[in-house]
Amino acid sequence: MRGELSSDSKHLAPTNGKFVSLFIIVALPFLGALLPGLMNPAGRQACGGVTFMVSLTAFIGLMTNAPAVFAGEVVQVGFNWIPSLGLNFTLMLDPLGFFFAGLILGVGLLIIAYARHYLARSDNMGEFFTYLLLFQGAMVGIVLSDNILLLLIFWELTSLSSFLLIGYWKHLPEGRQGARMALTVTGMGGLAMIGGMLILGQIVGSYDLSVILENRELIQADPLYVPALILILLGCFTKSAQFPFHFWLPHAMAAPTPVSAYLHSATMVKAGIFLMARMWPVLSGTPEWFVIVTGAGLITMVLGAVIALFKHDLKALLAFSTVSHLGLITMLLGTGTAFGALAAMFHILNHATFKAALFMSAGIIDHEAHTRDIRRLGGLRTLMPITFVIATIGALSMAGIPFLNGFLSKEMMLEEAYHTVLFDNHWLVPALAVFGSLFSAAYCFRLIKHTFLGPVRHDYPSKPHDPPFGLWLPPAFLIVLVVGIGVAPFLVEPFVKLVASAMIGGVYEMPDVHFKIWHGLVPALYMSIAAVVGGLVVLAIYRPLLSAWDAAPRPEAKVIFEGLIEAVVAIARRIIHSMHDGAFTRYAAIMTITVIAVGYHAWSTGAVGEATRTMQPVTPIAVAGWLMLVTATAAMMFLHRNRLLSLILIGIVGLMVSVGFVFFSAPDLAMTQITVEVVTIILLLLALNFLPNRTPKESTVLRRTSDAVIALAGGLAITALSYHYLLRVAVVTPLSEFHLANSYKGGGGTNVVNVILVDFRGFDTYGEIIVLGIAALLIYALTEALLNGPVRARLLNRKPDQPRAGDMHPMMMVVLTRVLMPVVMMVGFYIYLRGHNEPGGGFIAGLIVSIGVVMQYMASGFSWASARLRYPYHGVIGAGVLIAGLTGIGSWFAGKPFMTTAFGYFRIPPFDKFELATAMAFDLGVFLAVVGAVMLSLESFSRLARRAHMPEVDEPMDIDPSRDEQPADDAAKRGA
Amino acid sequence: MELLVATAIGILTAGGIYLVLRLRTFPVILGVSLLTYAVNVFLFASGRLTIGASPILIDGVETYTDPLPQALVLTAIVISFGMTAVVVMIALGAYLGSNDDHVDDPDDAALAAEDAK
Repeated sequence: MRGELSSDSKHLAPTNGKFVSLFIIVALPFLGALLPGLMNPAGRQACGGVTFMVSLTAFIGLMTNAPAVFAGEVVQVGFNWIPSLGLNFTLMLDPLGFFFAGLILGVGLLIIAYARHYLARSDNMGEFFTYLLLFQGAMVGIVLSDNILLLLIFWELTSLSSFLLIGYWKHLPEGRQGARMALTVTGMGGLAMIGGMLILGQIVGSYDLSVILENRELIQADPLYVPALILILLGCFTKSAQFPFHFWLPHAMAAPTPVSAYLHSATMVKAGIFLMARMWPVLSGTPEWFVIVTGAGLITMVLGAVIALFKHDLKALLAFSTVSHLGLITMLLGTGTAFGALAAMFHILNHATFKAALFMSAGIIDHEAHTRDIRRLGGLRTLMPITFVIATIGALSMAGIPFLNGFLSKEMMLEEAYHTVLFDNHWLVPALAVFGSLFSAAYCFRLIKHTFLGPVRHDYPSKPHDPPFGLWLPPAFLIVLVVGIGVAPFLVEPFVKLVASAMIGGVYEMPDVHFKIWHGLVPALYMSIAAVVGGLVVLAIYRPLLSAWDAAPRPEAKVIFEGLIEAVVAIARRIIHSMHDGAFTRYAAIMTITVIAVGYHAWSTGAVGEATRTMQPVTPIAVAGWLMLVTATAAMMFLHRNRLLSLILIGIVGLMVSVGFVFFSAPDLAMTQITVEVVTIILLLLALNFLPNRTPKESTVLRRTSDAVIALAGGLAITALSYHYLLRVAVVTPLSEFHLANSYKGGGGTNVVNVILVDFRGFDTYGEIIVLGIAALLIYALTEALLNGPVRARLLNRKPDQPRAGDMHPMMMVVLTRVLMPVVMMVGFYIYLRGHNEPGGGFIAGLIVSIGVVMQYMASGFSWASARLRYPYHGVIGAGVLIAGLTGIGSWFAGKPFMTTAFGYFRIPPFDKFELATAMAFDLGVFLAVVGAVMLSLESFSRLARRAHMPEVDEPMDIDPSRDEQPADDAAKRGA
Repeated sequence: MELLVATAIGILTAGGIYLVLRLRTFPVILGVSLLTYAVNVFLFASGRLTIGASPILIDGVETYTDPLPQALVLTAIVISFGMTAVVVMIALGAYLGSNDDHVDDPDDAALAAEDAK
């Protein structure tokens, strides 16, 4: 892919370090997201400050790219990530991406500064800023992606991170519901968009945007164009809250105000707009695009404006006004003309400035007056003069009043609407545009009048006053932009034109228009005047209008949405519960039958080759062993209700399996099996201590018969499989030829099994001891949970169900196990040492030593043994894993790959020559990990057995002849 | 000899399946243990059966059994101990928490019955 990119050199700017790489710009917010959480203990100032610095660095990084972008270059960086899927991590910065990234990071900076002062002390600021930076990174990723699959990943990330942000106040049910709704709607849209993007990629044969954008004819001629278009638009419309998916946005207002200001002015909801703009060169211009996009935009614009007028919550009003303005932009994109594109880009810029300022003002009012309900406000003009100025200028700009930036782009929108013909009707679009603008002006005027004008009231929930400058400075900065652009639009004109021409991608010529306040007596001016005057009239008759609105029946989107969700949940539940009825035994039966059926199908349709091995003769000893194994297994089937007996029987089975391993030339396996057998039986005995000793008869005869049939079928199938398998050679040259040939030469050991474990497949073994350690820690954790939960009291007051032995720690056993201990240790050490050349090794030695230690616990009691435990078992596991890992790493220093063995032969007189290998250190790690894991598991089980009415005795023996007196007297004596 | 091993694996499997289908946790755990034996022996046998040819290199000896399945099964045995211990712990916790060692979850069954109405 790199080659293709560089061949396209007219787009490529040299990435020679003159500017900050796009990778860093995208990665910074993600990496920085770690910091606020870490800085949380350092205080709110540090937390906000570090977040601000992260965003600022990314912003500056973006700005270093500005000269290249303005010079008309497209900055590209990238590498192949998963080339087989066409997923390349390629980023591209063109004026369109630059514009959006600038908005995201620039507004982000203001929002961070604002949020630092907005959040209450009780809010976890680190968490908030972490989410915010994650979101910021995802947004920047979207606008800089050059690969649509990569874009989709960032797209989904914005859905997820916005979910976290919207639901930030987890204690508020509205917050949680709003977050869920936003995630559901945008997530579904995202899913649709994945489909659309995949189709698009299939049509073009590449997922790289730069390639896709050059194939307009190919895409629009494809029969799959319409499905792809609809799917992609579903994604855009859900994200940008276009009708009929507009309903989630107002509910997302339950979020803290900085989130609303950020997500709903400059970022999240603009993502859908951005994508429509990005795809504009290839998707727009067709009748389908025109009707869907313009239609949805128009409806959204009018609907949003009308609803906004009748909302009493300041943020809800702003939310619906956002919906309305997004509709406006969408409509402009839908017209498919260069002028429309220019107007859309300009309005995005303007909307971001005044809407973010307005949201922040609403937040200030909420923060100071403790309410956002317009009906409870009014008269704030004198109480909050600064906020009044900010909010009023923002609102007037939104209403489309001259000398403010909203006027300019709205004028352009009306101009475009005037020339747009929908359904062969010259009046439809202009009329609706004026209608929408009229209501837009009306709610802006209402916002000003009902919040700030009028008499000062005396019943505000809290006495409002202007906030500290930290809160009003960010919106004030935006208001300066609003006025600045409004008075001197020529300042931003070249930039917006650059962005718009990048967006239309050479499909059309950029029209020769200029941003001006006065265009002469054009139709747009009359439409504008009509809208403003109409807005004032509507406000004048607001009261009767409101009562009419309240009386009118209208569908509540939330109810419909929840009804839909409930219906889907009901269907899902019906399907799942009919299959998953909680009977795990049934699942097991179904699975077994399925496996057998599939196996039978393979068997009956496949061919069986000739047997290539001859059967080996049967010896009487083998038959005897087989008989014992089979008898024990069969007996278990009939006697399994007696649980202790079934343990003895399974012990026989395990013993026979070990004997079988010896018989078939696997001494290592036999030793492992027999030692594991011992610890497993101890473990099960410990468990049986708590469980009922008998299994009651519950299943019916029919049930048992059918289970037996399934079991026999399974057994028969496995027998047939094994039998055929054993008589054929699967591979001509087994892998182990290599192992046998190189074991001594390369690994320095003659026990090939051990050399495979510690050398050839050492990495595998390393993973396995880690798994073993995790299992032991899991058991420990579960025990802790049990002992700290309600079970604890039950365990402590448990009455034994069988008579206890009078002498729980008999002297003979105590003495014997202590004598045995050094012997066991020596055997373990010997097994460990010889492992490399003779049967043995770390696994087996670890198990042997564990058994030796367990014996001490059993003979002398838990408290006696654990009091003499010097190293905690967790530490032993950790040490084992560390030693094994470090041994493996050690080979790096010799310039060898991970876990290469080195060995040599040494002689210390008077002993014989002996071998030392690094594999021994690795095996030591294995040994320690096994000891730790086994002991931690068994110890955890034993801890459950401690009870309240059993005194903790420190003495190893209950009856000790060397002790003159009873322990209690002894203690009294010592005390005296 | 191959037939003996094959039938042994089969019988272990059959026993394992039967016990896994029981209603209480303890027999199910024993059933899983039996299945573990069966699987381990099967894996081991995939190196084919050889008598008297341990994979310990000795000068002059040319035939050895396949050591690779042995190495794989060796770790499998140890890991299966860990897994058994975890399952036993879970079963124990469930029993101590609810005084019930049934495998099936009656709550889900009740829900399903409710839905079926």
